Amino acid sequence: MSDLRFLDIAIFLPLAGALLIAFLPRSNANLARWAALIVTLATFAVSIGVLVDFEASLGGFQLGSEAVWIKDWGISYITGVDGISLWMVMLTTFLMPLGVLASWSIGERPKAYFALLLALETGMLGVFSSLDLFLFYLFWEVTLVPMYFLIGMWGYGRRIYAAMKFFLFTLVGSLLMLVAIMFMYFATEPNSFSLTDMLATELSSGTQRWLFLGFFASFAVKVPLVPFHTWLPDAHTEAPTAGSVMLAGVLLKMGAYGLLRFAIPLFPDAARYFVPLIIALATIGIVYGAVVAIVQKDLKRLIAYSSVAHLGFVVLGMFVGTVQGMSGGILQMVSHGLSTGALFMLVGMLYERRHTRQIADFGGLGKTIPIFSGIFLFVVLSSIGLPGLNGFVGEFLVLLGTFLNYRWWVVPAAFGVVLAAIYLLWAYQRVFQGPVTDEANARIADVNSREVAMLAPLLVLIVAIGVYPKPFLDRINPAACRVVIQLDPDADCSRIEGVVAPRAHEEDE
Amino acid sequence: MSEVPPGFYLALAGLMFTIGAVGALVRRNAIVIFMFVELMLNAVNLAFVTFARMRGNLDGQVLVFFVLVVAAAEVVVGLAIIVSIFRRRASADVDDVNLLKW
Amino acid sequence: MDLSASLIPGPDYMGLTATIILWPLGTALFLLLFGKRLSTFKVGGREIPWAGVIAVLTLLRSFVAAVAMFVDIVGVELAEGAVGHGGANVENARTFTVHMFDWMQVGGFAVGADFLIDQLSVVLALVVTGVGTLIALYSIGYMHHDPRFHRYFAYLSLFASAMLMLIFGDNLLVTFVGWEGVGLCSYLLIGFWFERPAAATAAKKAFIVNRIGDFSFLLGMFLLVAAVGSLKIEDINAAASGGQISGGIATIAALLLFGGAVGKSAQIPLYVWLPDAMEGPTPASALIHAATMVTAGVYMVARMGPVFLASEGDLALTVVAWVGALTALWAALIACTEYDIKRVLAYSTVSQLGYMFLANGLGAFSGGIFHLITHAFFKALMFMGAGSVMHALANETDMRKMGGLRKVMPITGATFLLGWLAISGIVPFAGFWSKDAILAAAWEQGEYALWGIGLFTALLTAYYMSRLYLRVFEGPLKHDPDVHPHESPWTMWVPLAVLGGLSVVGGAINLPWDLRLEHFLTPVLGEFEVPHGATAWILAGVALCVAVSGIALARFLFLTQRGAELRARLVTGSWLDKLLTASRNKFKVDEVYEATIQRPGHRFAMFSAYKVDAKGIDGVVNGAGALVAWLSDGVRRLQSGYVRNYAALFLLGVVVLLSALILRVGPLG
Repeated sequence: MSDLRFLDIAIFLPLAGALLIAFLPRSNANLARWAALIVTLATFAVSIGVLVDFEASLGGFQLGSEAVWIKDWGISYITGVDGISLWMVMLTTFLMPLGVLASWSIGERPKAYFALLLALETGMLGVFSSLDLFLFYLFWEVTLVPMYFLIGMWGYGRRIYAAMKFFLFTLVGSLLMLVAIMFMYFATEPNSFSLTDMLATELSSGTQRWLFLGFFASFAVKVPLVPFHTWLPDAHTEAPTAGSVMLAGVLLKMGAYGLLRFAIPLFPDAARYFVPLIIALATIGIVYGAVVAIVQKDLKRLIAYSSVAHLGFVVLGMFVGTVQGMSGGILQMVSHGLSTGALFMLVGMLYERRHTRQIADFGGLGKTIPIFSGIFLFVVLSSIGLPGLNGFVGEFLVLLGTFLNYRWWVVPAAFGVVLAAIYLLWAYQRVFQGPVTDEANARIADVNSREVAMLAPLLVLIVAIGVYPKPFLDRINPAACRVVIQLDPDADCSRIEGVVAPRAHEEDE
Repeated sequence: MSEVPPGFYLALAGLMFTIGAVGALVRRNAIVIFMFVELMLNAVNLAFVTFARMRGNLDGQVLVFFVLVVAAAEVVVGLAIIVSIFRRRASADVDDVNLLKW
Repeated sequence: MDLSASLIPGPDYMGLTATIILWPLGTALFLLLFGKRLSTFKVGGREIPWAGVIAVLTLLRSFVAAVAMFVDIVGVELAEGAVGHGGANVENARTFTVHMFDWMQVGGFAVGADFLIDQLSVVLALVVTGVGTLIALYSIGYMHHDPRFHRYFAYLSLFASAMLMLIFGDNLLVTFVGWEGVGLCSYLLIGFWFERPAAATAAKKAFIVNRIGDFSFLLGMFLLVAAVGSLKIEDINAAASGGQISGGIATIAALLLFGGAVGKSAQIPLYVWLPDAMEGPTPASALIHAATMVTAGVYMVARMGPVFLASEGDLALTVVAWVGALTALWAALIACTEYDIKRVLAYSTVSQLGYMFLANGLGAFSGGIFHLITHAFFKALMFMGAGSVMHALANETDMRKMGGLRKVMPITGATFLLGWLAISGIVPFAGFWSKDAILAAAWEQGEYALWGIGLFTALLTAYYMSRLYLRVFEGPLKHDPDVHPHESPWTMWVPLAVLGGLSVVGGAINLPWDLRLEHFLTPVLGEFEVPHGATAWILAGVALCVAVSGIALARFLFLTQRGAELRARLVTGSWLDKLLTASRNKFKVDEVYEATIQRPGHRFAMFSAYKVDAKGIDGVVNGAGALVAWLSDGVRRLQSGYVRNYAALFLLGVVVLLSALILRVGPLG
């Protein structure tokens, strides 16, 4: 392990970049773009250092640092990653340069745009690596501001409404969380915001339930779970491409991540108590999101609702109390970030060409832009969970994990897989197949090299996770197992829940 | 020589304050309002000094100094605003300046 | 032992498996990425594109590797026989597992990218790569003019790879990768001409209907994991035959797996996608929708045989048998009135798949596989023959506009004739033996109802195939005068000739008196009872008579003057006419699905999206916003803009606060 604090550097490098961009001359927009690209790439490179240094065999958190920040109030700067947050950090740093590339043609106030984007990255990385609740809350709220402006200033159509809705939904949730955090702070002896200290605090189950609900409010809005999801389609639809990519790719994961990093470990009894409710909400989300997606007229809205469905899988996996479900859910977070990120980028490219996202305005694009439509189909297949691509591994493990503990919930959840095929393939048919009906669609250009450059890494990872998820799962499993045991102390990660028959070959021996 | 009882001072302060408050409410000229505000401040100062005398310590006197300094600062800023408004509108009538509303 | 060691040449199964599966995959990728830049070369005045040649050679390479594997396994078998291990009941030493890498490993659940090489998988690999190579060769001629030529061959190679993965899968999950992979290729190939809305819709329909089956398959897998703790096929089958899975669980698991097969192999109620799939290029239909992919369900059920056999009271097998038999009959009824040449073949495929499931349901798994193989020969042949006809007639598919084509297309006509006789069940063509084996198994098990349905379907099969053959190839020429039918180029007729030959002699792999295929597959699939002696001969004779009568009926109706008069005199409104009309409307199954599933589903989705979401949930959200706005609208009037109002309020506030303080605390001091 090297001595460099890669994790902390990765967190603050984008912020430094944002400050740098703020002081660049306004006249040269290109400078801001390139600076943003270089900073995000550098951050990614630094995060590779985190990945390399990460020891899969070590349990718990590593690679972080710890320092007293405000001593009198028990606030510390504590960071660190485990096998779960590691991938969230990697996902963030990986998607960020792509987001910058996707924003290349932003013409209006590029300096402010890229500075905000970089500030957002610091916020997201901070959320995934903070182990102090104060620090966590700080970063959590920090992500809100850049996103608000990204939607509100560079968005489309009803951007103000969307930005407001996003802000208010999230804020209401996070204020409830803040109250719960403050309560935890005062309940901890001596008063401290450190996660480790809080974990040692014993709470009565009644208190736990209220506090859990406080955290849950914040995370459920962020995930989002039905019925707290309606901000998402609006925010996604009106956000600029990079905003949608970050929103779907990373911000939604913050909710799911918060659930398993804070809500479950801090309040295990309450989490157990609410498991049926959460499983129900997650399953409803899977089916409801998919059903609503079927009849969407706007491509971005359709993808937004597909996110609701996919995140339903994530949350379902996390709460079924099997390591298969938990690991699958975590892997599904990464997979969803990649495929949905790619989908939003593709739709963004379509928008740049045709200035519309209405499905009805397209048709027959497969003939005019064959490479683009091929890539689109590929990502669609990843999103509907074709085996061999990334989406399948996570979905399969989640459903398997669900089945092992909750036989019947898996039926509607697995039906979501059928529905995914319906809404995405129907949309694909209407956009890319059939005859070219609109003259405007006949004249658009196929992908250019910048676009290929930003899509190629995504496509490679989509295949890589689908074919060989082992490097991912090997790091996720120990961390996932710890959370599963926190949720259900009787769980045993090394065996499969509920298997009655001994395995055949064991008997042979 | 008998001292004036403190109640007199307080009564005077109350009277001054009331005059100031009523004046500030009923007058429209910004300068005049300003003067009434000063009157109120001085009423308070008087009360503070009286209380300090009554309690036999310097706390009230210290506060008076604060008030004086704040009042001075306020006069600087306030007059500047009034002058600037007057330059724009050729009027120091506060009822003319009512754009900042619902 | 020494002998066996010398006969087993230390087989490199890893390399062979990789060759068989990965080469087509690599070719597919290569063609997708660079296929457009490949040029053509000339042979005998014909331009042949490299893309096609590469694909054919790749498949040929896979075929050769499969042959090597087969030879090797037969070698092991011979060696075992030589050292006295022969016979069906010995430990199956001819099974090899190739472990490529770990795929998923979470907690106690682990699956690898493992491939199973045994008799069954090798035989099917031979069929897939062999027929695949022929069809790829044929496609060079057939797809010659298509601008997306290279993409077609990329899909074809991808399909081969996925199909082989399905066959060789050592655990259900690897099989499932192939299972969905072939579904994807089917989607891509059906929608190959996606500019045509009908093709795009058919492709989507195929994928979604298959997904419904896959949904069931997935649940089946979960149940097996929960019951056995593994997805390895050997583990599952061992647990099932060892009685470690309870009868009830086995029944549910088997039926769920069968649900997957119903989707993939187009059985009732999910068969509706297959006829529509005919929108794709004809050679693709030949490969995917006749010879290989659609038989995946048959293969899977046979492969998982022990689970089906472990079912409580044979419930699972009974369901399989009845679904198969009824599908066979149902599709045959529709095929009798269809005019589209490809759709007749499609319904015929559904019907023949029904036969295979009937065999599976009777526990005669190797009978099902036998029919699968012969069917692959003659149905691929007939599809390509139909393609040849379409090629000659400017893509005409309506049988009413065809006739007498044997005279202008002698090779196509002759080979089609062989396929026709084979499917009709005429001695000694391939179809006779395999169909007879299934019917005989039904009789032997006392399932006379199933036997009856099968026999009646055989009559219908002979009838509708004769109807097709006679209408298209015999009688007077009927095509439009401005098209000039011609025989197809050699790339197209060579595969026809090869498959024609196989349709004739294909039955020889499993003749009733030596049952070579069945014995070869016994270690994997087990044995089943077949009638012997006189019963066997009588049953075969009955089947033959039925086939001949079907042909005779069709000949009478379509080639003789009296038959034509009889058809013309068919009374409107009579029961026969009603039946024919219903059949012509395909029994309105698509319409029923649309009315009961599609439209209510769409209405539900609209309701969810535009009522629940937009009005309900967002209504609450926006309502909360509106409430705040309404309240503040009242309160904001206080903000008059007059300084003295604020001052007065301020003063009032101070007074109120002070009074409150004094009232509460008492006078200061």
